[in-house]
Amino acid sequence: MSGRDLLSIADLGREGIVDVLKLADSFAEVSEREIPKVPALRGKTVATVFFESSTRTRLSFETAAKRLSADTMTFTAATSSLSKGESLRDTVETLDAMGVDAMIVRHACAGAPKQVARWVRAAVVNAGDGQHEHPTQALLDCFTLREALASRAGVEPADDLSGVRIAIVGDVAHSRVARSCVLAYGALGASVTLVGPPTLLPATTAGWGVEVSNDLDEVLAEVDVVYLLRLQSERLEESLIPSLGEYSERYGLTRDRARRLRPELLVMHPGPMIRGVEIDDEVADSPRCLVTRQVRNGVAVRMAVLFRLLTLGDRKASDDGQERRSA
Amino acid sequence: MDPDDVRRALVRIAHEVLERNHGAGDVVVVGLQSGGVALAERLVQLLADIDGAEVPCGKLDVAFYRDDISIRPVSPEEVTRIPVDLTGRVVVLVDDVLFTGRTVRAALDALGDHGRARAVQLAVMIDRGHRELPIRPDFVGKNLPTRRDELVDVSEAGVAIGDMVERLAERDVAPVDLEDGR
Repeated sequence: MSGRDLLSIADLGREGIVDVLKLADSFAEVSEREIPKVPALRGKTVATVFFESSTRTRLSFETAAKRLSADTMTFTAATSSLSKGESLRDTVETLDAMGVDAMIVRHACAGAPKQVARWVRAAVVNAGDGQHEHPTQALLDCFTLREALASRAGVEPADDLSGVRIAIVGDVAHSRVARSCVLAYGALGASVTLVGPPTLLPATTAGWGVEVSNDLDEVLAEVDVVYLLRLQSERLEESLIPSLGEYSERYGLTRDRARRLRPELLVMHPGPMIRGVEIDDEVADSPRCLVTRQVRNGVAVRMAVLFRLLTLGDRKASDDGQERRSA
Repeated sequence: MDPDDVRRALVRIAHEVLERNHGAGDVVVVGLQSGGVALAERLVQLLADIDGAEVPCGKLDVAFYRDDISIRPVSPEEVTRIPVDLTGRVVVLVDDVLFTGRTVRAALDALGDHGRARAVQLAVMIDRGHRELPIRPDFVGKNLPTRRDELVDVSEAGVAIGDMVERLAERDVAPVDLEDGR
């Protein structure tokens, strides 16, 4: 994170990602303690500003902020003055005026966090914007994968994921998680294959550095990790898939498919999982499934992101920053 | 100090630790990241050689507890590993150089999050003075008067005093950042 915001994985680059992962190693140790709290961000205030629903991301950020001894504020669109007609800009500027140091922003529109970052002095973290990106999800996925591969091999976690083959399966076209993951996995040297029906794959993947396939079984035979995406049920209404049943049959980790999987294959999912559609209970609850670890690591990784932004980034409160902002 | 001087000082400190604590029964040795870790490991080995004691050895990174966290970039160098619950134990905190005392202050806070130690003792290879906090070492390899702007380096090659600006240039670090601490 060279700057004071985390809007896209591209802001970090390979070096930044590795830095976050190493820092997260230290915060993972903190999280294991009886008192999982450090005074690092005492006196800082972190606000979660969510214009879209969320369970794990918001709670994960709030837990991360609290474990760093920061104060937290929660903004929820539904119970705010937005419903009285206050604009996005006035809303975030109000929060900014209260002296918030970081804003964790989720919005249905791609680019909204970037726009917010132009308006406020606080550091802005993109917690999911439309179909654009969800960078902290990709970071925690990298962390989890690196940890799982290392613990299996009985070694210390490596810096990168070179040589690891990952399939991202499902509704890639509409997925902000997929976009961030492609960037992050790619930056760390993994090879990525996108799998799904043509209607749910991006129109073009030129410049993504990925392979594309419509045949899950063929890909499963070749990869080390399957990363499942949630199938949003509204895709059915948009006629992008014939039926849930058929989708599940072709692109879900069904029980039948699960029994044919190689034992060392790892399964990941950003949550929320829709059991019975993209993943069968038997897979979701098996040791190869890293979903619980993903959630647990999310806190440590978000601690690392907040710590970096609020201590290592540009001096937020400096006049210099102020000038840059208003320019 | 040459490497032999450092070794002899460490042997003496090991004896002093055993004498002070009537053996090594409850002792846990914790090295401060990064300079104290290697010394802590050597001290544990010496305690084993002298007394046959198997003393747990940990390493502590105090980055998240520093008081200059928002003044300059502070980042952990390595993951903290404390192998046992410290409650009721005697912690011997080991560092290479004692200077302002701010690192030790941060370390005392950090240790508290790993249990309530019965006592914490401080062992340093070099006490170079210039304390900014009421902290004193229990075991000292050598008292070494220095100027504030000098840099004391403890390595396998022994102990050396360098010109801070030169050293920092070698390490590619901005000198102003280290003005008030180590």
